[in-house]
Amino acid sequence: MTNMVITETVTPENIKIEKEVIKIDNLRKGFDNEGILKNLSLKLFDGENLVVLGKSGSGKSVLIKCIVRLLTPDQGTINVFGENVNGLNNNDLADMRKKIGFLFQSGALYDSMTIKQNLEFPLRRIHKNLSRKEIDKKVEETLENVGLADTLNKMPSQLSGGMRKRASLARTIVVDPMIMLYDEPTTGLDPVTSDEISSLINDIQKKYKTSSIVITHDIECARATADRIIMLDDGEVYMEGTIKDFEKSADALISSFFKKQK
Amino acid sequence: MKNISPDIKKFIKLPDVKKRVIKLSDKTIKTTQTANLFLADVGDFFLFLFRTTIEAFSREFEFQEFLRQCYQIGNKTLPLISVTGIVIGLVLTIQSRPVLVDFGAVSMLPGMVAVSIIREMGPVVTGLICAGRIGSGMGAELGSMKVTEQIDAMEVSSTNPIRFLVVTRVLAATLMIPLLVLYADALGIMGSWAGANIKGDVPFVLFFSQAFRYIGFMDLLPAVIKTFFFGAAIGFVGCYKGYTAGRGTESVGKAATSAVVLSSLLVIIIDLIAVQITDML
Repeated sequence: MTNMVITETVTPENIKIEKEVIKIDNLRKGFDNEGILKNLSLKLFDGENLVVLGKSGSGKSVLIKCIVRLLTPDQGTINVFGENVNGLNNNDLADMRKKIGFLFQSGALYDSMTIKQNLEFPLRRIHKNLSRKEIDKKVEETLENVGLADTLNKMPSQLSGGMRKRASLARTIVVDPMIMLYDEPTTGLDPVTSDEISSLINDIQKKYKTSSIVITHDIECARATADRIIMLDDGEVYMEGTIKDFEKSADALISSFFKKQK
Repeated sequence: MKNISPDIKKFIKLPDVKKRVIKLSDKTIKTTQTANLFLADVGDFFLFLFRTTIEAFSREFEFQEFLRQCYQIGNKTLPLISVTGIVIGLVLTIQSRPVLVDFGAVSMLPGMVAVSIIREMGPVVTGLICAGRIGSGMGAELGSMKVTEQIDAMEVSSTNPIRFLVVTRVLAATLMIPLLVLYADALGIMGSWAGANIKGDVPFVLFFSQAFRYIGFMDLLPAVIKTFFFGAAIGFVGCYKGYTAGRGTESVGKAATSAVVLSSLLVIIIDLIAVQITDML
């Protein structure tokens, strides 16, 4: 594996040195001759929550799937901790993925396993030196952090939608990732549970010191979690800024997007 | 067009001919597209087979999952195989007995039934039942895992899904199906003994000594060898169909159905090839 390189960039907004953990340049990805992402470039800085907003079909989920190479880009480069994801061999890719937590839109809990086994599964594979006791302790602690301490031996089918999402979040953070990728974390949840998930995203950022990309079209989630927002439209970055910049914007697309969800 | 006679020119201009030409070209395009898709499917199938074979020899073998799959396959299929095994032996005996009585060869009944069960009926019927039970189960399970992004989740948590899900299932099916066939064979002969006792009184020891008198090593060996291929085919097709299922829930049903159809077909084809090879020996 190549050495980890952290590039440093001076951002004009706050004139302070920030470390780039993800740097995407001119990313293109399409399916069946139809371009989904067209020349997309963005950066994720250390410790920040970057929210990516956009309509359905604007390529938000494709973007984060390209970051972990679940999808292979047609063109462009994706650097995670300075390493070009597309140039990694299978072993290096597996090592890189260990640093990234991915919360799927559907939760993607393993149906045939209990919640405890769901959490143990990645933990055993990523932290191979942990003893049985340490694994049990870590699983219990993590479930407690997401408020699901009493679901240890339950099957995913016995949990509600919000609980499944939290269990899935627990499975993602149990391996102490450095970057979190959230794919529509509040989709299909009621407003109260959505707020709980948004709070959890913030808690995780503080407690585990993660850098995150949150893919969403839920303005409330964006408002609660975003340090910075990028809006995608037609596979390109349409606007970048803080939540205040977006709320003030007179642009027709932005304002309609925000007004429609008020 | 200069050298073409005016009659032919007139013929070409006829609207009916134009329509036919357009229809023919449409059909050609559709056939080409279907052929392309078929070739792509065949390519995917062999690529998947190649990846599975490579992963099967990986150092990091998922032994626990392999044992779990062995248990699942054996445990889920055992009741069905038990009933089928007994019924095969029973029915074969009841149906054959009158013919053998006519020929005065009723003493050959145990041997005939035992040879039929061990060489052909046991392996093929068990293979087809396993294709239905195990093939569809694997197709549906992996298909639903694909639809609900569980396979993707496995991949991002640094687990090789082919190694964890496919290799373990294929190897478990390859190991367990021969064992299930031997079990079905044994129950089949027991069923035959029960059938022989419906119209007469045949002692257990006499029946079995008669049955095994006619069974040679070359009856058992090819029959057992082909069941390993049945198991590998059923496991592989079930996993392939599930793993390559589409994104919608409808594709889960399609994956299960096509897994059953293809693996049943493969069981019959493998049996045909095995019979030809055995016949040559």
